Amino acid sequence: MNRTKIAVIGGGPAGLAAAIEAKKAGEDSILVLERDRCLGGILNQCIHNGFGLHTFKEELTGPEYAQRFIDQVRELEIPCRLGTMVMSIAMAEDGSSDKIVTYLNHEEGLVQLRAEAVILAMGCRERPRGALNIPGFRPAGIYTAGTAQKLVNIDGFMPGRSVVILGSGDIGLIMARRMTLEGAKVQAVAELMPYSGGLKRNIVQCLDDFGIPLKLSHTVVNIEGKERVKAVTIAKVDERNKPIPGTEERFECDTLLLSCGLLPENELTSGLGAVISPVTRGPEVNESLETSIPGVFACGNVLHVHDLVDFVSQEAAQAGRNAARFVQGQAGETPTPDIRVTAENGVRYTVPEIINPGRMEDTLTLRFRVGAVYQDIYESVYVNDRRILHRKKKIAAPGEMETVVIKKDSFDQAGEVKSITVRLEEE
Amino acid sequence: MYDVIIIGAGVSGCAAARELSRYDLKVLVVESAEDVCCGTSKANSAIVHAGYDAKPGTLMAKLNVEGNRMMEQVCQDLDVPFDRIGSLVVCRSDEDRSVLDKLLEQGRQNNVPGLRIVDRDELKEMEPHITDETQWALYAPTGGVVCPFTLTVAYAENAAANGVQFMFDTCVDQVIPTQSDTGKFFVLETSKGQLQAEVVVNAAGVYADRFHNQVSKEKIHITPRRGSYNLMDKSAGNHVRHVIFPLPSDKGKGTLVTPTVHGNLLIGPTAVDIEDPEGTNTTAQELDAVVQTSGKYIADIPYRETITSFAGLRAHEDGHEFRIGEVEDCPGFVDCAGIESPGLTSAPAIGVMVAECVSKILNAEKKMDFDPLREGVLDPKTLTPEAYIELIRQEPAYGNIVCRCESITEGEIIDAIRRTPGAKSLDGVKRRTRAGMGRCQAGFCSPRVMEILSRELGVPLEEITKSGGESRIIVGKDKFAG
Amino acid sequence: MEKRELTCIGCPMGCQITVTLEDGEVKSVEGNTCLKGDKYARAEVTNPVRVVTSSVPAVGGEIGQVSVKTAGDIPKGCIFDVMEALRAVSVQAPVRIGDVVLADVCGTGVDVIATKNVELKAR
Repeated sequence: MNRTKIAVIGGGPAGLAAAIEAKKAGEDSILVLERDRCLGGILNQCIHNGFGLHTFKEELTGPEYAQRFIDQVRELEIPCRLGTMVMSIAMAEDGSSDKIVTYLNHEEGLVQLRAEAVILAMGCRERPRGALNIPGFRPAGIYTAGTAQKLVNIDGFMPGRSVVILGSGDIGLIMARRMTLEGAKVQAVAELMPYSGGLKRNIVQCLDDFGIPLKLSHTVVNIEGKERVKAVTIAKVDERNKPIPGTEERFECDTLLLSCGLLPENELTSGLGAVISPVTRGPEVNESLETSIPGVFACGNVLHVHDLVDFVSQEAAQAGRNAARFVQGQAGETPTPDIRVTAENGVRYTVPEIINPGRMEDTLTLRFRVGAVYQDIYESVYVNDRRILHRKKKIAAPGEMETVVIKKDSFDQAGEVKSITVRLEEE
Repeated sequence: MYDVIIIGAGVSGCAAARELSRYDLKVLVVESAEDVCCGTSKANSAIVHAGYDAKPGTLMAKLNVEGNRMMEQVCQDLDVPFDRIGSLVVCRSDEDRSVLDKLLEQGRQNNVPGLRIVDRDELKEMEPHITDETQWALYAPTGGVVCPFTLTVAYAENAAANGVQFMFDTCVDQVIPTQSDTGKFFVLETSKGQLQAEVVVNAAGVYADRFHNQVSKEKIHITPRRGSYNLMDKSAGNHVRHVIFPLPSDKGKGTLVTPTVHGNLLIGPTAVDIEDPEGTNTTAQELDAVVQTSGKYIADIPYRETITSFAGLRAHEDGHEFRIGEVEDCPGFVDCAGIESPGLTSAPAIGVMVAECVSKILNAEKKMDFDPLREGVLDPKTLTPEAYIELIRQEPAYGNIVCRCESITEGEIIDAIRRTPGAKSLDGVKRRTRAGMGRCQAGFCSPRVMEILSRELGVPLEEITKSGGESRIIVGKDKFAG
Repeated sequence: MEKRELTCIGCPMGCQITVTLEDGEVKSVEGNTCLKGDKYARAEVTNPVRVVTSSVPAVGGEIGQVSVKTAGDIPKGCIFDVMEALRAVSVQAPVRIGDVVLADVCGTGVDVIATKNVELKAR
């Protein structure tokens, strides 16, 4: 059986950053498994700019950002298998904590790989039309924004000429601009929620710049066309997200793009038996980004959906470091009990969900999302009853991930840790 | 001149074609769509009914029970996924118990084997997610689930292998009984010109009344009866273990909850009579109704795992009976009409009945060289690891996963395209291989499948369609938008 | 006195900026977090600029398209002119990140450059 110390599942931004960091931490036996024919993952089709401001202090396009990591992987001589699909991950049957990764490609066939640690970096997929229960016909011309993005940017084909977009996720906004630049008419972007799911800058530079209306609290109520989309009808929704009769507006068009949310791809994770969070739909992880299965780490969009690739890279680097520590036997004992972080009062979830104060690094980044749009709100972190962090935010919205960094010092001052709470407060 | 022209390449038409291919006859199937299995056969509950629903003494009852009995052998011969998981009709009150008893009695009269009533305790054991209100159930061990796409495709492939020809994208406008010096025959005016045959089989689904009424004074009327469904991810597939029906109503067997033969969870259908024989759209009302009614007897259905919703049309004939046989006032014209549920279950028996009828009319002889076996698209996941590795060594395309959700390889897709009749569109590939049928609903794989179709069929990418006709995926190249 | 409300596109924070103008001249910029926001706001009310990204055919490449961008800001009013100019452009593989695909696009003084490496298609 083939062996490696660390198997990295996915060669997108998360997998690459994790592999690089594990290598830099002194681990030589790493194998990256990537299902596509090239490294870089979804960044390859994200040809717009805006990546890398945090990481490289300059504004890069997706492919440029990816290339910086690909170059490092090459320099560090980290082996990668392309066109390789991981079919399953299972615990070794000999009672050790090793994992058996079964993968498939056309050169080696079906391979069983024994790994001491696994880094999950499979990314996410888009919510398809069917999952949205949009009534109407099912003709050609309905695409997720990402599929349209691949057709236009990688293959060089136009999926349509006259477009309505449902959902104001970033990919949808980016595609509104992209299709417009390529000569299509984008008639409207409808968003079910009363706020946009995408970044504010994308509303400005992708919609406002081109006079594309954003219709908040609207959804698609009918799709016409037996073979190809002929028209799409949208309507305003009430506070329970039910369409309001009489508010229908019909657009003749040949295309409906969907940008209605991303779902972490955790079929392999579930198969392995790791605990999945019902909120993030990613595995639950601890302060080391380790899942409920020892030696299995997760990072990037497979863990929870990010808005910014820079944060994916940061998170993945941490997972890579910890995976290296694990295989080098430095992960350490568990000196204190695991504490489950409580997310409350407007905070929908946190990643990590579990913190073992004894195993914390000097600082720990907690990422979370809020459940609604808040103005002039405070983000607070409590250890036991002691508030260790209190930070004012002018605006917090579900479409933008929040990040707080907590220090190990402040834990030490709180005495024995019994609870950790992240909440929004008015003052 | 053909001996037989079958109008319609749904499961009835294809089953009839395959059974007719046992005879020394020149048979043609004409289909208005681009592929087999594009109408009622592709959007239904995919259930193999036990046969207690149909009124005793009807053709529907007879063919249902016969079809059910034949299904095992047919699926074995044609390599079709079929699972006899058993079915349950559940009721929520003691008063309703009498309806179950009536169904039980009806089933016995129809010769359905193994029927019995189960009480709440046993039911709870069989189906842990049954709601608290549910009291009794009629258990039918012969009920099951089948893949309707593969069954139809398999019938068509086996028919083709035994000499039947297929014409797609061919819309029949008019069937004209004609008399010449040599005898009677039919002229079919189609979108691709005139066709001639001695015998016409009318397996046109929701359009069957149109052709019947063109040749017969005794008019029939078919109502497209729409049923909407929700399909859930495989992660939800073991929520129930049997096909579970509520009590039947005058509109049909009600909204069922069932695992599919591929392990998804399916709920539906509704029953709404409409005018438009092309009206396969879903409506918010009907999709809501599917959820409301299924929740009454199965608890905690994971609706969040829904991956698609769809609607199909049942060809409901006014008399609610299969009309199969030579039309009295038009010799040589054989109806296979009014095939609504349990049409899929009955298909094997319908095929045989139509073939016997036609062969009598034409005095046809059976062929010596008929081959009843068909091998399906090879699913390498069913191989041993050693055999899989050997397969990839010989055919590297089996090492390329194209559809991530269902783990479908390029090798399987190529196989599906190269068959006769083969896949020509994304939906054709999907129905034959399941590529695109998973949780991402073809988001990732459709550009790859388009590439493979384009390469294999030798047509430009721009010409690749979702389902034939005007259903093109892309409208042109970047930078040339006018 | 004229007040203009803007959302900064300098980074994902999307600061809400208020620019006060008098006779077309910027009097004050408020609400920005960084200098970049100040610069953006001043430009946006006087001479708005954008970076344009697109893709052009890569002849003989292992993939058919190479992504490109304007190497710097171009006037917002020129976006569609740049797209029009790119319609006629294709490049020969191999292409490296930073290769000039179209120099001085539309007389803006800004080059369009490749943002992806595209290797030659293996024979």
